[in-house]
Amino acid sequence: MTPALQIGGLRKAFGGLPATDNVSLEVMPGERRLIIGPNGAGKTTLFNLITGDLSPDAGTIRLFGEDVSRLRPHRRAHRGLARTYQIITLFSGDTLEHNIALSQLGLSKHRWNMFRPLADYADLYGEARRVLGRVGLEHLARRPISEVSYGEKRRVEIAMALAQNPRLLLLDEPLAGLSREERVGVTGLIAGIPREVSVLMIEHDMDTALDLAERITVLHYGSVIVEGTRAEVVADPKTREVYLGD
Amino acid sequence: MNRTGRVAVAIALAVLPLVAGDFYINLSSQIFVAAIFAASLNLLVGYGGLTSLGHASWIGLASYTSAWLYLKMGVGHMISAPMALGGTTLVAGIFGWIALRATGLGFLMITLALSQVVWGTAYRWASVTNGDNGLTGLTRPAPFGIDLDGAAAFYYFALIITAFSLWMMAKFVNSPFGAALRGTRDQPRRMSALGHDVWLIRWIAFVYSAFWGAVAGLLYVYYNKYIHPTALSLTNSAEGLLGVIAGGSGTLAGPVVGAAIVVIMKNYVSAYIERWNMLLGFVFVAIVLFMPDGLVPGLRRLWARWRAK
Repeated sequence: MTPALQIGGLRKAFGGLPATDNVSLEVMPGERRLIIGPNGAGKTTLFNLITGDLSPDAGTIRLFGEDVSRLRPHRRAHRGLARTYQIITLFSGDTLEHNIALSQLGLSKHRWNMFRPLADYADLYGEARRVLGRVGLEHLARRPISEVSYGEKRRVEIAMALAQNPRLLLLDEPLAGLSREERVGVTGLIAGIPREVSVLMIEHDMDTALDLAERITVLHYGSVIVEGTRAEVVADPKTREVYLGD
Repeated sequence: MNRTGRVAVAIALAVLPLVAGDFYINLSSQIFVAAIFAASLNLLVGYGGLTSLGHASWIGLASYTSAWLYLKMGVGHMISAPMALGGTTLVAGIFGWIALRATGLGFLMITLALSQVVWGTAYRWASVTNGDNGLTGLTRPAPFGIDLDGAAAFYYFALIITAFSLWMMAKFVNSPFGAALRGTRDQPRRMSALGHDVWLIRWIAFVYSAFWGAVAGLLYVYYNKYIHPTALSLTNSAEGLLGVIAGGSGTLAGPVVGAAIVVIMKNYVSAYIERWNMLLGFVFVAIVLFMPDGLVPGLRRLWARWRAK
């Protein structure tokens, strides 16, 4: 089976300091993979390399078998890659449904239409409300982002990505800054993502995150130091050393 | 604006030449030209978040092309108009390709530099542009045999072109493409992660904005029947930008109102106050101080507050 994501010998340095150092990684279709590691381990840099926001110094990135190492970010999105951001990155002056509509437009050829009013695309907004329903926010569809709570914004982040029906979804700390109850809600949401979608997730909250993933990769100083099932990784002394701190 | 308001404005504009003298009719025609110019610049500044100081290039290039084709090539308006629009848009395609290597301040400086090149060329390339003397002896077109030399006739011609231009720009802003353009202004990184080609969206917006700038240029040269390098000057670009910001960038009505203020100051107030530029400066400072997002959004807020009482 072709891996959803195949990374080989990936390197990226900032001013001589390696942020990603010879990382190789494979994520199979439908897999849930968790990436952990201390602050500065290069987790978000790895995401930015996968999405194309950063270009690697060396190495290859394959999406579903296709080499996308040199493709610009929007082209990778058209190949089934979607992501969320650790720092909320939404269109704060616009309504929730408009945010989702922009997400859907990104993959639709209608995005080039300059003459038909966007408001006339009833099916687009209908679909947007359906996606918002999936994350439990349909009742807020007409509210601007600036008027909803932080926890709701986190859900919109995920809804933006889900609206694209991605094949590979990158979640960058989807639980960051959420209360205990909110965490339970968002965890349920992530657990409910259909199995056709491969999920690669960065998360600090080990208690919750470990339950979501089958396999775990531990990054430290830009390198993969441990990889395996939950039990293997937790039992490995190297994990304890760098991450669990004893 | 509600339906009643719109109908009232339409009626007022339609009957203005019947009640006003030539001075005010001509002043209104100039406002129309400035309105298209500012509205087209606003597509870039207000909706694209790309502040340009070179928009006068499109007025100048379209004007000079049309004038040169008529004077030196003997080409009629029916052919010179589309050639001027096409040629200007083509140049905009190249300028946009260069300027959009940057955003923000870098973009501003490149547009300024490129427009200064065009301005310098207009001054120096005297065999084509007649240099500092400008090109004179131009005519207005006569669509369907209607003579546009009278103030009222030209007013109606300009009104129709302006209404059509603003309508097309409003459609653009409200379209999916317009929404994507605003998206690239607010969250460019997210937009590319969503599959939008941010660079191409900006480039198309740049070219589209220049096209309507060129339409303003044609009206400008038809109105003045004369073209001089000052049309291409930084002052002209800056006046357009002033109109956009004073009226309210990123709104449809703002630049029209802002352009009207600038034209009225320049043509009407200058007859009474010698230092009209200073007054324009004061007005601008007052607007920025009291209504930082522009007159139209500011007045809208006041109106809403007054109604809530």
